[in-house]
Order: sequence, then C-alpha cells, then structure tokens
Amino acid sequence: MSRLLHALPPLALLAALAALPLALGSNPYLLNALIVTGILTIGAMSLNLLLGYTGQLSLGHIAFFGIGAYVSALTSLGFDVELGFGLRAVHEPWPAAVGFVLAVVAAGACGYLIGRLSFRVRGAYFVLVTISFAEVVRLVALNWVELTQGPLALTNIPAITLGLPGLGTWTLRTKLQNYYLVLAVGTLCWFVVARLVGARFGRAMRGLKENESLALSVGINATRTLTVAAVVSAAMAGAAGSLYAHYLRIIDPEVFAFTTTVGMVIMVVAGGKGTLMGPVVGGLIFGLLPVALRPVMAPEAQWIVYGLVLIVILFVMPRGIVPGLAGLVRRRPARAVPVLEASPEAPR
Amino acid sequence: MDQLIQHLVNTLILGGTYALLGIGLTLIFGIMNVVNFTHGALYTVGAYLTYLAVAALGLDLFLALPVAILGGLLLGALIEIVLLRPLRGQDIDTTMLVMIGAGIVLQSGTLWIFGGVAKAVPSPFPEAPLQIGPASVSWLRLFVLGAALLLIGLTYALINRTKLGLAMRATFQDADTAALMGVNVRVIYTATFAMGSALAAAAGALLGPVYVVHPQMGGPAELKAFAIVILGGLGNVTGAAIGGFILALAEELGAGYISSGYRDAMGFLIIIAVLLYRPTGLFAKAERVG
Amino acid sequence: MSPILSIDHVGVRFGGLVAIADLHFDVQAGEIVSLIGPNGAGKTTAFNVMTGFLKPSQGEVRFRGTSLKGLQPHDITRLGLARTFQRTSVFPDDTVFDNVMIGLHRQGASGGAPGMARASLLDTLLGRAGASEQALRARAAALLDWTGLGGRAREKAGSLAYGEQRLVGVALALATDPAMLLLDEPVSGMNASETRVFVRLLRQIRERGITILLVEHDMPMVMEVSDRIVVLNYGRLIAEGPPEAIRSDPAVIEAYLGQGSAARRAAAEVREAACA
Repeated sequence: MSRLLHALPPLALLAALAALPLALGSNPYLLNALIVTGILTIGAMSLNLLLGYTGQLSLGHIAFFGIGAYVSALTSLGFDVELGFGLRAVHEPWPAAVGFVLAVVAAGACGYLIGRLSFRVRGAYFVLVTISFAEVVRLVALNWVELTQGPLALTNIPAITLGLPGLGTWTLRTKLQNYYLVLAVGTLCWFVVARLVGARFGRAMRGLKENESLALSVGINATRTLTVAAVVSAAMAGAAGSLYAHYLRIIDPEVFAFTTTVGMVIMVVAGGKGTLMGPVVGGLIFGLLPVALRPVMAPEAQWIVYGLVLIVILFVMPRGIVPGLAGLVRRRPARAVPVLEASPEAPR
Repeated sequence: MDQLIQHLVNTLILGGTYALLGIGLTLIFGIMNVVNFTHGALYTVGAYLTYLAVAALGLDLFLALPVAILGGLLLGALIEIVLLRPLRGQDIDTTMLVMIGAGIVLQSGTLWIFGGVAKAVPSPFPEAPLQIGPASVSWLRLFVLGAALLLIGLTYALINRTKLGLAMRATFQDADTAALMGVNVRVIYTATFAMGSALAAAAGALLGPVYVVHPQMGGPAELKAFAIVILGGLGNVTGAAIGGFILALAEELGAGYISSGYRDAMGFLIIIAVLLYRPTGLFAKAERVG
Repeated sequence: MSPILSIDHVGVRFGGLVAIADLHFDVQAGEIVSLIGPNGAGKTTAFNVMTGFLKPSQGEVRFRGTSLKGLQPHDITRLGLARTFQRTSVFPDDTVFDNVMIGLHRQGASGGAPGMARASLLDTLLGRAGASEQALRARAAALLDWTGLGGRAREKAGSLAYGEQRLVGVALALATDPAMLLLDEPVSGMNASETRVFVRLLRQIRERGITILLVEHDMPMVMEVSDRIVVLNYGRLIAEGPPEAIRSDPAVIEAYLGQGSAARRAAAEVREAACA
C-alpha cells in the first residue's frame, strides 16, 4: 500500500502532463515551450543520475546531448566526407528512428569513456575534464564543415517515423505528436532511473558517495558502478539530443552551448539532486519560466534571474525544492529513496 | 622560418596576459579551494571598465588600466564577502555552483547593460607596427606585454616580500595552522579573491584593446585560465606563469600550423592530457606524504 | 593445517618513512588474534595492506592460499576477507537498515544464500529483482537483530552514538558473509557494559566459524578475548604468543612504557619526512 502511495505523485504528474495539451487547446507557442522543456528535463534527469546519485558533477553534460543530436541528424540525413589518405566515408540516409537508437548508443559510448575517466580524476578536476571534452566536441562540430555544415547548421532533418508491423506508420510532424513522444521517452527515462536507484545498484552509488572506502570494503566495485552510471546517464542525454534534433529539424554547434548544461544543473540543483522528482519539478519550473518571464524581461535579464535563483536556492534550500517541501509536509526529513518506508512488511 | 618567428613573438605577447589570468585563478583555487567560475566574467568586466574609462571618461589607456584593476579588486572583494564567506566550510561543489550562478549574473548583466555588439577600445599608439627583423609587432601589443610583465612582477613581490604574502602562503599550506599562528584567515581569503579578481580584470583590460570587447569574451578566457592552472599545478604561481606562455605557444602553433578554428581547442586538449597523465601539473613537486 | 591468512614479509614505505619494516605472521582458521602495539606502530597500515587499500612495497599477503597481490579492495571482500574502519564506520546519511542493505551488496551478486539469485542490471530494470530484494531485507533484519541493533534500524546511522556506529560497522562487515573479519579498534567509544556485550558478540561470531583479527587498545579486552597476540612496534613484530606470555614479555613492556618518548620520536620522524 505504501508502495502505491509513493507511486502516486509521479503517476498524478504523468496524468496531468498527458492531459495538458487538451487543456491548452492548440496554442503552438506553449506546446513548443513544453516540448523543449520536456527534452531539457530528460537531460536534467540524466544529469541527476551522475550529480545527484554518484556526486560527480559533469559540467560537460551537453556533449552527450549534442553528440546524440548530431549522430541522429547525420544518420537520417546521410553524409559524404573526405577522411584524407584517399578515404571517403559515404552514408546513405537511414530512418530517423534508427538515428535515435544510434544516438543513444554513441552517447552511451562517450559516457563509457567519461565514466572510466571519473575514476582517475575526481571533484573539480572531473568537472574541468568534462567541460573540456564538451568544448572540444563543439569545436569539432563547428570546424568539420564538410560533415556538420559548421555554423551553417544541419537543416531539413527528417521527423521521426514510428511504425508497427501491420498497423502502418506515423511520421511525427505535428507539435502534439512530438509532445507525446517526448512525454513517452521522458517516462521511460524516469522509469529507468527509478529502477536503478531504488535497488542494489542505487545502494552501491549511495554507498560510494557517502563513504567510498567503506563502500569498497563491503565489496562495491567503484569503477564498474560509476561507469554504468555514466553510460546510462550519457545514453539518456543522447536520447534527449536526438529528440531535439528531430523536433527542431535544424541543429548547429550552438547545441553544445555551456549555458545549456548550466540550465540543466540549475534544474537539478533547484529541484533537488538525488531525488527522482527533483529534476522533473526543477525542469518544469525552469523550462517554463521563460514563458512567464518573456513578456516582462529580455532574455539576458532572465539569465540574471536564473543565476540569482541558483545562488538563493543554494543558500536557503541547499537540498532543493522537492526535499525542502517534502520536509515541510512530513515531520521527518525526506529521504532520497525511501527504501525502508516503501515496504513496511520487511521483517524487523 | 619567418612565420615561426612571428608566432613566437605573438606567443610572448599573448602569454603574458594568459599568465596574469592563470596566476589570479591559481591563487584562488590553491588558497581557498574554490573553483572560481566568475573569473571569466571578471575578465570581461575588466575589459568593459577599460572601454568605459576610455570612451566615456576620456582617460587614456595608461590610466584606464588602474581603473579596471581597482574595479576588479572591489568587485572580487564584494563577491567574496557576500557569497563565499557565508559558505566557508561547505563542500567544493556548493561553492562552485554558487560561483557559476554569480558568473551568469555578471556575464548576463554585462550583456544587458552594454548589449551584444562588440566594442572597440581606441589605442593611443601609432598604427604602424614595429619591425623586429622578419617579425612585426604593434606598439599596443608591446605595451600589453610590458604591463603584463610588470603586474606579474608586482604579484610576485606581493606574495614573496610582504606580510600579506607570507600570510597567504601560510594559509595555502594549512589554513588551520595559519589561523592558530594568528593569521586572520577571513581577511586572507577576501584579499586573495580580490587580488585574483583584479588580475583577471587586468588581463581583460589589456586584451580588450588588442581584440574587441564583448560580453561573451570571458567564457573562453575562463577555460583557458583553468587550463593554465592545471598545467602549472594547483596554487603554483610560477607554474601558472609558465603555463600561460605554454598555452599561448600551443595556441599559436595550433592556429598557425593546424587550423585557426582549433585555436581554442588547445587549452582543452591540454587539460585533458595533463589530467590524464600528470594530474598534479607539470611543475608540481612530489605529492606530500599522508 | 594451512593458515587462513599469511602475512609474508610485508614492508610498506612512504617515501623515506618506513611504516612497516618486515611483518611476518600467520592466522589460523577459527582463531581470535589481536594485533597490538603503541600508536604509530603500523597496525592500521597493516590492515590497509591486507585489504588492498595499500600496495605493500615488499612481500605479499595470502588469504586461504590465494595471493592478494594486485587485487582491489572489493575483490578481496569477495574472497571472504572483510574489515571495519577506525574512524568512519557507517554510511552516515542512510538509516541503519539501509546501511546493512548496502553492506549486503555482494549477497545479491554471488548467490551466497539459497534462493538468492543474482539480480542483474537487466533484472533490476525489468523489475525482476523483487524476490531477491525481499530475501535481502529479511537477511538485513536478521543481521541487525543478531548484532543487537534491531531497535535502531530506522535511525540515521550518522546520528547514532559513537559506540553504536562501531557496531554498525561490524554489522556491515558481517553482511559481506566473510570467512575472516579484520576489526580496527571496534570497542573504542564504547563504555564498559557495551564492551562486555561486544565481547560476547565477538565470541558468537567466532562460533559461526569466522576467524577474527583485532586491532585494539583496550588491553583488558584484548587479554580476555584473544587466543594469540601479535605485538608491533615501529613497523616490526616484537612479540607473538598467547596472552599470558605477552603480558610478561620484556620487549612488550619496554615498548609500552617507552610510549611517551617513542611517540615524540615518531612525531619528529614524520615531520622530517614531510619536510624532505
């Protein structure tokens, strides 16, 4: 029963999000904001897996997002590049759905590299390595014009086509279709994170974060745990990037902007790192804040507000909105993953 | 060959400013254990203060430079007192995130106030460059190098010859012990952050007139500063000074012989390579025992 | 009978500082052995070598005949050698129950108990890990009851009294289902009655067939519980034998009587090494 109680808020949120377009009617501006917010929220959820549960701050997280976007776009657009030494790589366009899968795989592979790295360099150095990685990838996207069109952007990226054998195919061109696609992928990602952090693997991550030596001494393999977390996290960010590319249907090296990572960090930290709902709540707030602020202030002024909000939250609610509110509602402080509360039938 | 000499001359000019940037950051990182994500914004602020001093107040570049340095000093002290002092004792991630927030506020604030159009700072020097053999160098750039070297020298003197510098070095070794020996660590932290910020502002003030002044100039500069700090080893002032010149050389050669588009990639490749193969920096002494 | 743990001429040097000179002793299965010595004698360093946290400069450690050379701490735990830590013995932000659940990490992996199949990452994602989760919970609860921590299950480990935290540390080590337990000052921070209870627990652990190597400063406790005592000073073994023999060993008495000046000398050496 208690298990059901814990599943209730996310289910209610899911139902509300699923019903939202009906309430909005066909307001394309709001729907667009919701789609982009949803995509960034998936990015924030993936960042949370590293930042919130393993304690590793990846400030180059946008690299996985951007790699996902470019891999997906190039897979579905095709390319013809001179590699030097007389070698040429020619690729005929494949369906966008294949691009999505390849984006997830490619981003996950990059996550593997970063995960292995995280065992060598920790803390501030890990942050700097991840930023550097993202910037190098951005510069490649900017300068390898033959492949990426550089600042001219990749255009005419096809929309994702879904097909079921015997039932026909749908090409997701409308905003409404894309909204539900993002919602579906987001729900899947939420489910993956929830499963991961709620069980043995999640305990291993928490153990490493709280007391690494002790975690090693009870047999937790730090390299493997951190690598798996990084791979899953990067793959999810890659999925978000792919959705972004096929929704906007145009991408340029600006997808690698450092500020987007910062935006995701704000979503995670403000919402509550190391909680399942935190990045979703933070994502919705900070994703939709521009909609509210747009009539009253310029974009650069909005960023001033974001910066100030980040600072204020770290000062007054360092654990974030979700744990903060949960702490107000319950008498006992909220816990990240309530393992014990989830099953009172556990023998005591 | 001639091209190489020109690259080396450029390296010297650029390296001096990079060294300033790196020294400022390594002091803050080393002494305070704060990953200062406002460093780039302070570099930008320094450049805009120069622009303001020259364009609005009609000062010449020689007087604008002290204005920028003073501005950086005050802004740095303000940031430290308001944001970092209350967070003393918090983990490095918290202060890093707060600094990211402050950096965003400063950078977006500059964009808001001055707009996105780049500004040029008029130079008081003759247009015709100085010819040294096959290489040519503008008088402005020579002034930049001279001023940078002077500021590096002053920083050295401050750290090695003054009581403040002694207290800073003691705090770097061990803040608790320094406090026990009567060092006012709070003041040292404020002084360190203000000094580091002033150096960042000075670097911006010097490079602003060479290139153009725009709100986004701080981002790449900040990451370069991190590259220099990592190259030189945490808290190592000499290492940062040398690191500044090494980064400048790598950029010049990278831009000259590989592709100008990858100039900015050099710093990042240095960060990745150094951290993977020699995480204590190129000039670090052996790690302490225990 | 071959020993369960062999310390084979192990030496550890940090730069010029010798933490362990040449340590050589065995522990037989089923024994309770204590490793004692003045502060700075190298006891914790020895533990760190045995559990893979430190690589020895020379020599090797063998556990149940397997050389531990090059093995990571988590590999060594899997072989059945578990340890506790002197200072930080818990995961502070989790409840005591969740602490033990984290400690049961290996149990989900190697099928240690009947009916406890390995929960792979895929099983976790598909929600098929439920059965083993239930078994783990039951096991955690049983372990807490057995160590006398049942009443503390829902409390945050970091908020417990120091002595109780040591006990959680022991429960965590036991959760790995070890054949041998290395306990680093387990009763420090415990009062006399808690220590008595702990000694009883120690004997129960041994009755379950778990060998125990103990580092401890509480001499009455060491004398009472040990089958054999190994004495270290300046990284060297200076005596080895049953408690009665150690009590009257002149070298041991000398080491402990001279502790004041020895501590000063050791401190001076450390300072020199740090400056060099």
